[in-house]
Amino acid sequence: MKNLKEVKCGESVRVTKIEGNGAVRRRIMDMGITKGCDIFVRKVAPLGDPIQVTVRNYELSLRKADAEMIIVD
Amino acid sequence: MTIKIGLAGNPNSGKTTLFNALTGATQYVGNWPGVTVEKKSGKYKKNKEVEIVDLPGVYSLSPYTLEEVVTRNFVIGEHPDAIINIVDATNIERNLYLTTQILELGVPTVIALNMMDLVRKNGDQLDCKKLSNLLGCPVMEISALKEEGIDAVTEKAVELAKQKKSQNFVVPVMEEVQSALSQIEKIVESNKINHSLPKKWLAIKLFERDEEVIKSLGLSSLVKREVESCIAQCEKLLDDDAESIITAERYAFIGNIVANAVKKAKKGQDTTSDRIDKIVTNRILALPIFALVMWFVYYISVSSLGAIVTDWTNDVLFGEIIQGNVQSFMESSNVAPWLTALVVDGLIGGVGAVLGFVPQIMLLFLLLAILEDCGYMARVAFIMDRVFRRFGLSGKSFIPMLIGSGCGVPGIMASRTLENDKDRKMTIMLTTFIPCGAKLPIIALFAGALFGGASWVAPSVYFMCIAMVIICGIILKNTSAFAGEPAPFVMELPTYHIPSLKGVLIHMWDRGKAFIIKAGTIIFVACGLIWFLQSFNWSLEMVDADTSILASIGNVIAPIFAPLGFGDWGAAVATVTGLIAKENVVATYGVIYGIADATEESQDLLAMIAANFTTVSAYSFMAFNMLCAPCFAAIGAIRREMGSVKWTLITVGFQTITAYLVALIINKVGSAVLLGGSMVEAAIAIAIVICVITGVLLIGKSKLKSSQSIGLEG
Repeated sequence: MKNLKEVKCGESVRVTKIEGNGAVRRRIMDMGITKGCDIFVRKVAPLGDPIQVTVRNYELSLRKADAEMIIVD
Repeated sequence: MTIKIGLAGNPNSGKTTLFNALTGATQYVGNWPGVTVEKKSGKYKKNKEVEIVDLPGVYSLSPYTLEEVVTRNFVIGEHPDAIINIVDATNIERNLYLTTQILELGVPTVIALNMMDLVRKNGDQLDCKKLSNLLGCPVMEISALKEEGIDAVTEKAVELAKQKKSQNFVVPVMEEVQSALSQIEKIVESNKINHSLPKKWLAIKLFERDEEVIKSLGLSSLVKREVESCIAQCEKLLDDDAESIITAERYAFIGNIVANAVKKAKKGQDTTSDRIDKIVTNRILALPIFALVMWFVYYISVSSLGAIVTDWTNDVLFGEIIQGNVQSFMESSNVAPWLTALVVDGLIGGVGAVLGFVPQIMLLFLLLAILEDCGYMARVAFIMDRVFRRFGLSGKSFIPMLIGSGCGVPGIMASRTLENDKDRKMTIMLTTFIPCGAKLPIIALFAGALFGGASWVAPSVYFMCIAMVIICGIILKNTSAFAGEPAPFVMELPTYHIPSLKGVLIHMWDRGKAFIIKAGTIIFVACGLIWFLQSFNWSLEMVDADTSILASIGNVIAPIFAPLGFGDWGAAVATVTGLIAKENVVATYGVIYGIADATEESQDLLAMIAANFTTVSAYSFMAFNMLCAPCFAAIGAIRREMGSVKWTLITVGFQTITAYLVALIINKVGSAVLLGGSMVEAAIAIAIVICVITGVLLIGKSKLKSSQSIGLEG
């Protein structure tokens, strides 16, 4: 078990669970990161945060602090 | 009978383009009741009976953001006759997520499938008929950009509105979830709860524990407990929480639709957009490219082309043509000299000084609109987020501040690109700390008079200002208004595309217009007033500035500035006239010392300043004038962007108090260290500043605590 923050660039993973609560968690799910979906980690911003991922065929950026809430296989 | 049609869709789906194409020049821009979310509506060009309301661009209808709640309340509360849901066909999965939530609300809906040309270009196939069957509503292809199919889709919406056939859509869910939803529906029915909401939708919302809905129903604790036990049972069965169960069900349903109706030609290949991103947000190249783009925007709009146009408007158009001609006309028609002076110097001069910035502002907004519409602005936030998050701002705060170094007015207006309300407010409050072009002569004057034109003065002032942005950012972040979780930064990086000329121009005009209106109203009155005060004495005779009403007011307020080291009336008056435009500070000194056409390079003026200031009080004066309330034009912009008088006053007060405290420290500590002044006074000054900061933080914290506990009880 690891979270999305720990995934290296260029790797694809599958979401198993989303932790946390409230607005941020709902926002993450609303943007299409749900249990069972595939995420491709495309790159890290030049200053080390946030990260860019491909999910459901589009590009999404999120902070590492938020990526920590996403548990992946 | 008017027909009201709501236009809903994701951000970046082409919604604004479609709205502009449908309504043309009939748009009306206002605010949604009670919130500062912009509300746009307009009449359909081809049929004035049809009113089109542009709903905020949202990804979902959750209860967590203002925009989403506004959209939801519109659909439920204002009963639109139909909805056009614009869907970006290139990004169909995420776009349909909102669609499933809109369809549930029961209002007749037609889906406008945008950007199909791009889908075809990629070699993909999308079957509209299948999509329509699976969603149970009409699906029509459009191109918002080329204005193709937009009338057909609107006519379809009108037709649906006339039929009044309500949508009957539910997302199919697993058995376990369905049984929970049916139970909740039964509970609502058997308890005779009064509502006018679609039943199935209500059940889903209660299942999700949607706070807004629960609050609006005013459920008894007994009913709440019954509903809760249904939810808990289902959550236990599926080992997940209700909100994520429903979200997953929606996406699963969409996954099925996409599998049925969409055929992808190729997989995993880089698109043009990906290739651009490989360079633009590249680890090494991103920052240099960003610097280059910003330099270009700044160079074109503020220093080169913009400055030429603005100088021309100020000096030639207003200075010679308008002012000159009006003056000779009024003189030749024997109008009283005071009236001529009021009109020519006070009103035309004052408003002209502000309107002179219009070309610069338009140019700037044009370039920003291009950056925004092509998708680069989202990358700016991506690149800069890390830096600005440190002191409570967002990556996009960089742009207002950069522009603010040219002129604060467009800087403040550029804060529009920040979606988050807290980030935007804080950016507005801090942007004018950055010295604008009009403040530079002040620095030049004092650097020349007291520091022998030393080259370290200007950079040190800039450094101090940037330091104040950071320090105040950190302090504000700890007050009740700005504290709390940082706004989630879960942001779409939209596909790059070439913006349309029309879209960019509308974008530019929307923002520039507001500035012109302000210049014509508030600033007009303010200029007339200040001109009057500095031209007349109390017996209403025309006099020089140094015996005017303004001078006597200056004498009264001067003692306020005494602790800052510049307690004479001249400095007070110069600071006040700086409110019209910061350029006036230097000019006012010229008038006060009786030096004609004074500039920051006049030797006489430099000598007089040198005689009246010490190095310390000069630096203190500079610091105060850099940080205090900006000019009327900028205050007008703050008023417009904050959307509230209260916040405008808070901002201006906050800036002026900050300026006062900084100048106080500089003067007292500077005097003690450099000029052998009183150490006790320096210590008192430091103590005062520490008290104020801790006071602000303590009040902020206690308010925060009380609001949190209220939140828990409610």
